[in-house]
Amino acid sequence: MKKMLLTGSAVGIALAMMTAPVFADEDADLLINGEIEITVRTDAPPHMENVDTIYSGWVFRSTETQALEMDDFENPGMIFVDDAIEAWETVEGTEGKSCADCHGDPDGMAGVRATYPKWNEDAEEVRTIAMQVNGCRTEQMGAEAWKYDGGDMLNMEALLASVSRGIPVNVAIDGPAQSMWEKGKEIYYTRFGQLDLSCANCHEDNYGNYIRADHLSQGQINAFPTYRLKNAQLNGVQSRFKGCIRDTRGETFAVGSEEFIALELYVASRGNGLSVEGPSVRN
Amino acid sequence: MKRIMTLACIATMASAAFAETAPDDVAFTQYGELEQSLSGQPGDPEAGKAIMVARGKGNCIACHQVTALEEFPFHGNVGPSLDGIGSRRSAAELRGIIVNAKMTFEGTIMPAFYRVSDFTRPGDAFTGKAADGPLSPLLTAQEIEDVVAYLQTLQD
Ligand code: HEC
Ligand code: HEC
Repeated sequence: MKKMLLTGSAVGIALAMMTAPVFADEDADLLINGEIEITVRTDAPPHMENVDTIYSGWVFRSTETQALEMDDFENPGMIFVDDAIEAWETVEGTEGKSCADCHGDPDGMAGVRATYPKWNEDAEEVRTIAMQVNGCRTEQMGAEAWKYDGGDMLNMEALLASVSRGIPVNVAIDGPAQSMWEKGKEIYYTRFGQLDLSCANCHEDNYGNYIRADHLSQGQINAFPTYRLKNAQLNGVQSRFKGCIRDTRGETFAVGSEEFIALELYVASRGNGLSVEGPSVRN
Repeated sequence: MKRIMTLACIATMASAAFAETAPDDVAFTQYGELEQSLSGQPGDPEAGKAIMVARGKGNCIACHQVTALEEFPFHGNVGPSLDGIGSRRSAAELRGIIVNAKMTFEGTIMPAFYRVSDFTRPGDAFTGKAADGPLSPLLTAQEIEDVVAYLQTLQD
């Protein structure tokens, strides 16, 4: 897959495949419900200097895990979408409004997920989709903010992702968002913790390789939120970042922090061109 | 008086022979080698083998394939196979690589197993919280000697 891997000796790779517990069909294509075509591999966006092709994390999962995402009745993440449809129509807060009162049908939100995080002109800040949802709740509905990466928020994120499935991620990195993007890029390449590892060490230099039984992906976030078989719940982007920095024996940033908003913008932009795919299934 | 001097002399010799080198005091050659035992003692290859495969210790097979360790699944392939490494590399080279592989391979992903300073946001082990107080190295001086001894048994 990458130059380093090839020179890392074909023997090493073959042996790792023999001892690895799961097999991925890295050439498989993803079609959901027999109708939604998902782009799981495509040319890297021009701003990426060291990678030619970008891949959804789906590509690196086992055939069994891949299959769970191909049918909404098999995808455990879709149960949470149903919960969010109910919340979408529920009136909350002092203004006596629901999401539906301003936005109509959830399907009307198709394409929205693909552009986040993005610059919000009024607030003069880069907002993740979670921040925007809370913006609507506090500013439009007079309701309480949901906890970042909490259950209600992840359900709603799953709904918003699901209606954008198949639409290419297209996050703006220039204009007023540029300085946050630069900040995120710097974090991506910073080696953290006592293991002294950056995101790039694992997800740019070594995707396709195994760390023990873990088959490394490019760490893309086009498919969030993800339903993980490991913890049997929806998982948010920034919680995932937190887990990865913790695994470097590092001090993590907080979910919702400026650093993680910047990192989310940057990592999202590395997926420009892949389809929105959430809620996805991962291990 | 004479007796005291002899004792003092032996004590100095002993502490010199068994002196442990602290992580911040290791002195690499220009090629990243370390000639002296870190613990002042020889390593035990059997103990080294256990450290190689233990997740909470070296966990070397997370990144390296080693045919002699096949009974311990699963081996990663982020680093090169270590089969025959004992015939290719000297003890001094192996020690240097384990202590701080960046002195041998610039910018490598391989963590430094005997280094305690100059990290960005070091944590308190795998808790995600900030480290409270000085860091301990990932492996002790003797554990590194044990791993070096084990690697020397891997001959072509
Ligand atoms: C020590 C290696 C390592 C480092 C460093 C690391 N990760 Fe990961 N990451 C993993 C592993 C292993 C997985 C699970 C397998 C996979 O999807 O790659 C993972 C998964 C992910 C996923 C989920 C991908 C999906 O498809 O569900 C994202 C997103 C991610 N990482 C982002 C990051 C970011 C951002 C950083 C830096 C802050 C980072 N990672 C640092 C090892 C690492
Ligand atoms: C996170 C991955 C990782 C871990 C963990 C790791 N290594 Fe490495 N190691 C590498 C890589 C990658 C290289 C190749 C150097 C380079 O080009 O960066 C390497 C190189 C080596 C070499 C030199 C190989 C040669 O052919 O010259 C030795 C010896 C070695 N490692 C031993 C160990 C031992 C012993 C441990 C555990 C105590 C260990 N490694 C843990 C990634 C790792």
